[in-house]
Amino acid sequence: MQLFFFYLFSLITLSGAVLVVAHPNTLSSAMSLIVSLFGVACLFVLLAAPFVATMQLLLYAGAIMVLFIFVIMLLNPSTNRLVKRLSFGGLLGILISSYLAVILVLRVVSFNKPEEVAISSDYGSLREVGQLLFSTYLVPFEVTSLLLLVAIIGAVVLGRQSLPGGRS
Amino acid sequence: MELLITLLKVLIIPMLVINLIPLLIWMERKVSAYIQDRRGPNRAAILGVRLGGLIHNIADVIKLFTKEDIVPAGANKFYFILAPAILMFVSFVAVAVIPFADTITLNDGNIFSFQLADLNVGLLYILAISSLSVYSILLAGWSSNNKYAFLGGLRASSQMISYEITMGLAVVAILMLAGSASLNDIVRDQGPLPWHWNIFRQPLAFFLFLAASYAETNRTPFDLPEGESEIVAGYHVEYSSMKFALFFMGEYAAMVIASAVTASLFLGGWQVPFFSTEALRVLAPDFLPPVAFAALVQATVFLAKILFFCFLFVWVRWTLPRFRYDQLMRFGWQFMLPLALFNILVTGVWLLIVP
Amino acid sequence: MISLVHYLIVSILLFCIGVAGFLCRRNALVLFMSVELMLNAANLAFITFARFQGNPSGSVIAFFVMVVAAAEVAVGLAILVLVFKNRSSVDVNEISLMKG
Repeated sequence: MQLFFFYLFSLITLSGAVLVVAHPNTLSSAMSLIVSLFGVACLFVLLAAPFVATMQLLLYAGAIMVLFIFVIMLLNPSTNRLVKRLSFGGLLGILISSYLAVILVLRVVSFNKPEEVAISSDYGSLREVGQLLFSTYLVPFEVTSLLLLVAIIGAVVLGRQSLPGGRS
Repeated sequence: MELLITLLKVLIIPMLVINLIPLLIWMERKVSAYIQDRRGPNRAAILGVRLGGLIHNIADVIKLFTKEDIVPAGANKFYFILAPAILMFVSFVAVAVIPFADTITLNDGNIFSFQLADLNVGLLYILAISSLSVYSILLAGWSSNNKYAFLGGLRASSQMISYEITMGLAVVAILMLAGSASLNDIVRDQGPLPWHWNIFRQPLAFFLFLAASYAETNRTPFDLPEGESEIVAGYHVEYSSMKFALFFMGEYAAMVIASAVTASLFLGGWQVPFFSTEALRVLAPDFLPPVAFAALVQATVFLAKILFFCFLFVWVRWTLPRFRYDQLMRFGWQFMLPLALFNILVTGVWLLIVP
Repeated sequence: MISLVHYLIVSILLFCIGVAGFLCRRNALVLFMSVELMLNAANLAFITFARFQGNPSGSVIAFFVMVVAAAEVAVGLAILVLVFKNRSSVDVNEISLMKG
């Protein structure tokens, strides 16, 4: 049963990812990315990490991707013509990434396969992650909040910047 | 056996939501009529039976089913059809973690719960799932190839992202009080006494959450994405027939979910006022098993609470005017967001001082 | 039974698809999305290792990665909108020219 769901979610994730890269329409790419993120969230659930799974939906699908789609709809960029005739660089890119995939997979397959460790029912829950977040990882947590503040200020400054020639 | 019970739950619980929708539409029409000093729907009848206007919904359904289904020229057909489907999907998936009654410990030690899944991240799950409904509106607006629809879609997306933050922060205070994100735990934590319910312990969070949920469901005073008087019908202006009906039903389904979540978080969910589960089981009449009686009463009370909040939705819609767009954004970011943060601070200090 | 290797292979494939997209596509928006794919692959690997070691720290790291991704996207898209206003294009080949 679990194996079936693993293959199902992996299939969703990977086919979504392929469509992100291959689809000529930018909006369709973004929608496929959402499907892929959804698949990864499901894999997180299989890996007993419900907190990260919901955060994946809430942050990625609920906020980041909405921004993406918002920008895509505003800019409405023309469909990419470079996909139809693949340039030399693009071909090289595919070759490099497939080479990377092959060597990594070959390396990983030779791992000895550890069994799943028995975990408590509290594993990956909100409580446990929260306690870790505010004790062991308190400093990184505060640093990320600082990072977010910087990002907000940066985005606001960039958004308000008026361009030369009187346009804003 | 367990699988069978789960399947039954999967069938029954979304059915409950679906069957509440015509009731809500009827309620909206009747309440709006009485607020405006009219009688509301009272003509449609089957063999003279009107059911106070409820039969009008059947006429509506027949009308919507038989209308021509139009896909406008220049529309992106795939996303045009996908958009209403997403809305319904989101509404039905979100209902999975809402508890309808207290859990029952069966004879063999297993626990039977009146919800599909008691997730320990239940509340976050609802927030996460309902945040997906923005895609439906965005895609509907964009794929219609209509500038009014597009304006509606853009308005909806910025509005929903903005108010989602307030909603999440208002909920954080509840999480701090209950110490758990499971909806069942939150309901149980409030107890049967009404003055222990979160609406009295967290009044500020209640109003913030209520306002944010009105914004999330695009109801007046936050119905700018539709805004009939400004942008025709907003994101669903090009939709007709059953696709329009899906949007229409989706809005009411979202109302049911929002009401159910508000009732669970702030009004004690399935808690019957003054009667704990044990007391109800003692009071059970002879012809019913005690656990079944308790569950039945609790589910009924919970349903009444849901309907109360739905009524509030309707009441507010026909009483308040619409915000202007800049007012809406200023209200969300400069008023509600700081208040929600302040509420978290006060709750934290309170929890530190009071052991 | 599903082993560590299963999840790692999915993670690797996801990462390599992201790399391929980053190298092949010239649309800046798609480049951003490819980066998101790679970050997700990393997250998947984190959570996988956490699960198979019984160590919940992986969830925390994945959470940090998501926050960083959010920051990256916010600033990146703001820059992109400005670039588009200037050049009416999101093609990185055209943006790479210094001449205005």
